[in-house]
Amino acid sequence: MAYKTHIGSLDAYNKGVIELRDDLRKYAFSNIFEVAGKSQPFERVAVARNLEYVAEVIRIEGESPWYAAPHDEFAIVMDGEATFNFIKLADEQVPGHDGGAAQLGAEPNGPRMGRVTARRGHQVLLPKGSAYQLTSNAPAVALVQTAVGPLTIERWADICTMAGDA
Amino acid sequence: MDVQATGITATGTDPDTGYDSFQLGDFTFRRDEYFAHIEWPKGNHIIEIDRFLRAMVRDIGWGFFYGWIFFDDVFGTTNHYGTVDVFAGSYDQHYKAQGIDHLQTFTAEVVSQAFETIARNWINEGYDPLNAPLETGSPLGSKTTERTDELVRGFRPATRMLGLEGDAPVRSDETGHSINRAFADMEFDTPDIACEPGFEGQLHAINLFDHIARADVTWNPSFTAITGASICCVTSEEHMLPVIHGNDRNEWFIQLTDEIHWNIADKNTGAPRGRIVMKSGDVCAMPADIRHQGFSPKRSMLMVMENGTPGLEKRYESGELKPYPVDFG
Repeated sequence: MAYKTHIGSLDAYNKGVIELRDDLRKYAFSNIFEVAGKSQPFERVAVARNLEYVAEVIRIEGESPWYAAPHDEFAIVMDGEATFNFIKLADEQVPGHDGGAAQLGAEPNGPRMGRVTARRGHQVLLPKGSAYQLTSNAPAVALVQTAVGPLTIERWADICTMAGDA
Repeated sequence: MDVQATGITATGTDPDTGYDSFQLGDFTFRRDEYFAHIEWPKGNHIIEIDRFLRAMVRDIGWGFFYGWIFFDDVFGTTNHYGTVDVFAGSYDQHYKAQGIDHLQTFTAEVVSQAFETIARNWINEGYDPLNAPLETGSPLGSKTTERTDELVRGFRPATRMLGLEGDAPVRSDETGHSINRAFADMEFDTPDIACEPGFEGQLHAINLFDHIARADVTWNPSFTAITGASICCVTSEEHMLPVIHGNDRNEWFIQLTDEIHWNIADKNTGAPRGRIVMKSGDVCAMPADIRHQGFSPKRSMLMVMENGTPGLEKRYESGELKPYPVDFG
C-alpha cells in the first residue's frame, strides 16, 4: 500500500476538532500555521506553555533583529526555508535575564560563527553564548523551544479554539 | 505508605500453554492463548494479551512515565518516582463503590523487574509489542521460543540535543534504521551548516522528520532537545496507544504530520469528556486532570513537550498548581 503523508503549511492546513464537555480553554487548542499566518514577521507567539517554558511560533519573513538567550533554544522549521546566522558573544555580552530570547539593540560585536540554512522538518540548535538572526526571502515558519522571555507574546484568546468555535 | 520490596516469584507453569504464572505482592498474573488474567484478594480481571504486553513493555521502557499508566480502564501503574503503585479498579468508580479495588505500592525496581520477568516469559520470537500491529507477528497461542534480544529499545534520551558529539545519535541507515514504509513518500534532505574557522562543531542542526521517519518503535517518545527542564520528545504513532495515560502534570502535543484522534476522560473516574482530532500543525494541551488515549489511522509524527521539573507532580497534587497550563487573562 502506498501511503500519503499529510503535512500542513502556511498556504494549506486543516485544523482538527475539539469536542469536549469541558472548558476548552484548559486545552489551549491552536494551529501553528494559523498562528503564523496571522502574525507579524518575527513576533514570538506562545502556542504551548509549561510554567516558565514555552514553544513560540515565529513567522520568518525578511531579516530579523538579533536575539540571544541565557540558555539553549531549539528551532524546528515547519514550513519554508530559513537561514540562521550566528555570532559568538563574549561572556559579558550574554544576556542576564532569567530566560527566553531577548532582542539585542544591534548586531553584536563578536566573531561570526557561521550559518545554518534549514527547511521543513529540520531542528536547529540556537546555542547559549551566541546571538542569532533569522532570515528568509519567502515566508517561513519556525517553532522555537525556549523559556518565557521579554519577547514572548501570549494571546491565547485570539489563537485558541474557544467554546462555540468547535 | 507501606512499600513492598519483595520481588516477583514464579508460581508454576501451565502444562497446556507452557507459560509461567507469577505472584507480585497480592497480585497474581497468568496468561493463556488469548488473555492475561490478573487476580487480587477481592477481584480478578482479564486483558487481551496483545494489549497487555504492549502496555507492559512500554511501561518498563518509559520508567513508568509521568503519572498514571492504565493498561485498560481497570489495571495499571502510578509513578511516584522511586516507588510505583500497581492498582486494579482504584480509578474506576464502580470498582471503588463495590470495594473490590486494590492498590499496592512497590519500589520501582521491583515492579520493573517483575514486568520484565513476565514479559520475557510471555513474549515469543516473532512478536514485538513495540512495533505497529502490521509490522510484527502475533502474540496469540501457546509458548514457543522466548525472545533473547532486548525487549525495550529506542528509549535512549538526548541530554542536550540529538546528534551532538557524545549525545544520543540520530537514526540513519548506518544505525540500522530505514525510512518506515508510511513515510516513503516524503523527501528528506539535510540542513546546510557553514561554520566559520574556529567554530567547527559548535553549530548543529538535524533533519528531525528524517529521525522520526526511521523510528522502529511506535508510541515511544524519546528526548530530542532539552531547555532547562523543558523536554522536547518526538515519536511515531501508528494504530492505537496501547495504554491510557493519566497525567500528573500538564503536557503538550504538537502534531507534526497526519492526524491522531484522542479520547479524553476524567482522570479519577474514567468518565468520558469527549475527543480531540489533531491534524498537522495543531497544538493542544493535555491537562493534569484527564486521561487520554490516541488513535493514529496512518503512522504519524508527534512531538510532546514535557516539563521534567522534579517534584512537579506533588505541586499539582496539592493544588498549588492548576491542572491546566494557560490563563487566558
